[in-house]
Amino acid sequence: MELALTGGKAFAYTAAHALRPGLRTIVFVHGAGLDHSWWGLQSRYFGYHGYNVLAVDLPGHGRSEGPALASVGEMAGWVFALLKELKIAKAALVGHSMGALTALEFAARYPETTERIALIGVAYPMKVSDAFLDAARRNDPVAYDMDVIWAHAAQTPLSGNPNPGMWMYGDTLARLSRLAPGVLHAGLAACNAYADGMEAAAKVKCPALFVLGARDMMTPPKGAQALAKAMADSRTVTIEPSGHSLMAEAPDATLNALIAFLR
Amino acid sequence: MSGPKYPGFDTLALHAGQSPDPATGARAVPIYQTTSYVFRDAAHAASLFNMERAGHVYSRISNPTVAVLEERMAALEGGVGAVATASGQAALHLAIATLMDAGSHVVASAALYGGSHNLLGYTLKRFGIETTFVQPRDLEGWKKHVKSNTRLLFGETLGNPGLDVLDIPSVSKIAHDAGLPLLVDATFTTPYLMKPFELGADLLYHSATKFLGGHGIAIGGVLVDSGRFDWERSGKFPQLTAPYAGFHNMDFEEESGTRAFLLRARREGLRDFGACMAPMTAFQILQGIETLHLRMPRHVESTRKVVGFLSANPGVEKILYPEVPGHPDHELAKKLLPRGCGAVFSFDIKGGREAGRKFIESLRVFSHLANVGDAKSLVIHPATTTHYRMSDEDLKKAGIGPGTVRLSIGLEDPEDLMGDLTLGLRAAAKG
Repeated sequence: MELALTGGKAFAYTAAHALRPGLRTIVFVHGAGLDHSWWGLQSRYFGYHGYNVLAVDLPGHGRSEGPALASVGEMAGWVFALLKELKIAKAALVGHSMGALTALEFAARYPETTERIALIGVAYPMKVSDAFLDAARRNDPVAYDMDVIWAHAAQTPLSGNPNPGMWMYGDTLARLSRLAPGVLHAGLAACNAYADGMEAAAKVKCPALFVLGARDMMTPPKGAQALAKAMADSRTVTIEPSGHSLMAEAPDATLNALIAFLR
Repeated sequence: MSGPKYPGFDTLALHAGQSPDPATGARAVPIYQTTSYVFRDAAHAASLFNMERAGHVYSRISNPTVAVLEERMAALEGGVGAVATASGQAALHLAIATLMDAGSHVVASAALYGGSHNLLGYTLKRFGIETTFVQPRDLEGWKKHVKSNTRLLFGETLGNPGLDVLDIPSVSKIAHDAGLPLLVDATFTTPYLMKPFELGADLLYHSATKFLGGHGIAIGGVLVDSGRFDWERSGKFPQLTAPYAGFHNMDFEEESGTRAFLLRARREGLRDFGACMAPMTAFQILQGIETLHLRMPRHVESTRKVVGFLSANPGVEKILYPEVPGHPDHELAKKLLPRGCGAVFSFDIKGGREAGRKFIESLRVFSHLANVGDAKSLVIHPATTTHYRMSDEDLKKAGIGPGTVRLSIGLEDPEDLMGDLTLGLRAAAKG
């Protein structure tokens, strides 16, 4: 669906369903440089199993207009504005990487609107190397290469994709190559600068799920431990063969973890 | 600082798309000679059908062995994914049928394999899809013939049989300026000699029967998508960007972004047209791909020797190989094909059709048959075989004369190949 928000047209994938009153709502928030379709299998599942689904494209990504937002706080505020516009009083948030920080910040800022949060491929602090940031700032394609290689487990390019016939590296690279200049850098810089993680975690009172890739090079599992400990009600699922791109590298295990948590 | 590195071509040719078999530990790609796959339970079945979970249902749509080939080719080409098909012609048909309806139009190079020319010029016309053929070097022609209903530009990376080098950067720009994708047949070049996506092509396919398989034992095709073409922005492809009643009202682009084209090609094209690849075929082609990086340099090296030999022979009128100075695409080839111009080329023998016949019938190492890209050297007379359906005028447009002979250079000792050609040329010269 498309809707008008401050800053331009916003898009959210709803799994071909109109929002249905009385159903629980799940908001999926993608990571830096990606879009709603990164959640293809998972968002579709929930959309066809009795939930309202809003897999959003953050501003400047996918089908949403506007410049990319510069901070995690702004992203959380944008998601809140979207829910307000749709008159949704409460939702579960599922976020990946930058989207996970957004969900965390959202839960801290808007506890009355947060039913629960699932943080996938997350670490705090989410530091980004200078080389990666600099390359992204220059819109140098080497930034896309770094993203592709570090976002997957080392064995991924030399093994099979659970999605028949698809090449994960190529898919991620194609998505990044469609981005407007500056969008990837904005996302990476927002992750790198986010400094409110522990404070936000302490405020989270709703149930929280961490889904982590055991072979994640971008956000190694140990990087999420402090956040999980700081939350009142958290649980962690670590998926053994996966890197940072859990929805693609381990789609079934990721979906199973979400089903168990959101059911 | 040096950035992270992708696995090299040679490594991907051996490993991409496959882990050791989880059931048995088998290192080689197992042949999953099975039609169908047991569902864990009813919910799992429903999830697979509704595309909420990844996996195999029925081997016409996907098969574990075929999927290895598809992923490996996507890796070698730098695409998002691939769909393997029953033949190269099935791959071309699948690409067109996924993007077009009756009333659509294609602008295509005139220098095509005869079967592709036939499909576009005659067969698809019966289904309401028209094609305008242009000379591959005529950039104004490509541009001029794009119409409001044009949906695709199409050519071969190396034209058949004149070895016209498609100027992919220029033709793709014409396509993109018109909001259209460029599809190329990359059979003659393979990903070892050229990466069409890096030059601007959006879609490509191979007759995997040729150099990919490399041993003349299996017919197959593979269609690869770069994932770079923005169907939504183009606005010309409701097949991918509007709800489709034939598939649960799915908007393929909204659903899957970069994977939209392949999603429809697989889920509609393989489902309804059914031109899928058999698992044994995929296994056989994979065996070829695992040595592609070893075979292609040898193919090219031997071809250069044979071309050099023929260039010095008085019985040869003209050689059509882009590495030969004087070929109209000589300079372009240096830019687009720095690793070589492949192992298929044509030459005109003095004495026309009759000399050509005597030449071919005198050869003992070269095999006279309708194929290219085999480990064994091959020869054919296009005017009476692969391109026999084309009119004289179309033959001329495709650069084929009555005495044109096409060679596909194999992996034999090049001295033996040149010796064989010497015998053939002597026989032809006797008149």
